[in-house]
Amino acid sequence: MISKSRKIIELLAGDAQADKVVPPTGFTASLTLFSSAAMAFLAVFALALSLATGRLADRWGDELARSSTLRISAPSDQMAAQTAAALNVLNTTKGVATARALDDAEQRALLEPWFGPDLPVETLPIPQLIEVIEDTGGFDADGLRLRLAAEVPGAVLDDHTRWRRPLIHAATRLRLLGWVSLALIGTATAAMITLAANAALAANTQVIAVLRLVGARDTYIARAFVRRFTLRALVGAAFGVVLGTAAILLLPSADTGGGFLTGLGFRGQHWLWPLVIPPLAAIVAFIATRAAARRTLKDLT
Amino acid sequence: MIELENVAYSYGGGELLSDISLNLQAGSFHFLTGPSGAGKTTLMKLCYGALLPTSGEVRLFDRDLRTLERDDIAMTRRRVGVVHQDCQFLDHLSVSENISLPLMVSGRDVQGEAANLKELTSWVGLTDRASALPAELSGGERQRAALARAVIMSPDVILADEPTGNVDWDMSQRLLKLLLELNRMGKTIMIATHDLALVRAAKSQVQARVLRISGGQLQLAGADL
Repeated sequence: MISKSRKIIELLAGDAQADKVVPPTGFTASLTLFSSAAMAFLAVFALALSLATGRLADRWGDELARSSTLRISAPSDQMAAQTAAALNVLNTTKGVATARALDDAEQRALLEPWFGPDLPVETLPIPQLIEVIEDTGGFDADGLRLRLAAEVPGAVLDDHTRWRRPLIHAATRLRLLGWVSLALIGTATAAMITLAANAALAANTQVIAVLRLVGARDTYIARAFVRRFTLRALVGAAFGVVLGTAAILLLPSADTGGGFLTGLGFRGQHWLWPLVIPPLAAIVAFIATRAAARRTLKDLT
Repeated sequence: MIELENVAYSYGGGELLSDISLNLQAGSFHFLTGPSGAGKTTLMKLCYGALLPTSGEVRLFDRDLRTLERDDIAMTRRRVGVVHQDCQFLDHLSVSENISLPLMVSGRDVQGEAANLKELTSWVGLTDRASALPAELSGGERQRAALARAVIMSPDVILADEPTGNVDWDMSQRLLKLLLELNRMGKTIMIATHDLALVRAAKSQVQARVLRISGGQLQLAGADL
């Protein structure tokens, strides 16, 4: 990869003499620039999707893995005693960092999406919830359940495994989808540049024949085309990245919207990732055009 | 320099050339004559590796053409200057750029060769037309520019395919004079032509070997000229 990158840099540095040899081709130039810009624009979004879902998966995994909920269902006259007993069990369990019973306001907030505000939770026979935060070592859920069954009969421990797993699975799949999209964008870019390069090579068959006649080697001829398409892909992709990044910046922020889609974007060092797209597009164009040129030249004397 | 031994070339199901043997020795001067379609251009192309023989052996500078890689053929062509009847210029480049094309593709510094290029352009009488495009040149000017391009690398062999095909008598004499001058410099020359008057004019000035293609065979001509 390093030697390929060096070749590309040497190629882009150029040879003013060699550049003159192939006549300018407006159609393929515009096609390559446009497709490269469009693909880079899409690549920015695919990249943002991958990174955002990656962050989401990490956050869900991290937050949910460290918290559990204990639900106590008991008659109202026993609720306080069972809550105290449960807290006692939890506070003496190895691996539990903190255990805290949710107050009425917090329980009301949890029910608010279904029952609306100002729900009189104190008058309703609803279970008491206790938030359990693990330390880094975590606790033995099965052992804790056995202790609770003996000391707090109305307690049910939910360590979130049941619904954490599909969430993380979904986020991981979304991240994978983002990377697959990036791969498809790269392949589509290569296909389009190959088509444009083939068109340019076909349009310049006579030029190639003259160059062969006067002693040009295949590498010299290929280089003239490869340089042109690599530069166009680089410039087009740079343009697409600028537009794509600007579009990402214009998306509503996560704080105001609060939903998943509004979190689509880059954070911190991730803003540097789009800068990788133009050089990658140039590498794809370099490889695609060189392969196309080699195929075409092989058939000419 | 260039040797063909029992070479045959088939095209479109028929044998265009058969049992051709030819040796272009250093400093020699050859004419290749024959009617249109006899295979003169095909034979010329075999001589610079643009075509591979169906059978027989072509040796370019002591190397079998069939063993040469594509890059080797390209390097060989730098030692063989070719003048095509239709000149084969790059239409978007000026005359001087077309003439210096072999320098460009061989990686030589064209700016550094400016004096030689100027001298060569003057030698073919195109100093005033150096910045013109090929489409702006007359037939004779195009042929002289093609000749200048063919010799700019100082090749050992010059192959000219109907170089006087599209020019008047005076211009054909001028081109012949340039080719004779190159032969006196030690270059090997082969001219494919159907213009027997040109051959007769040359024979009075140089010891030329005149070959004729007829019925796919190469024969030594001369007595009837």
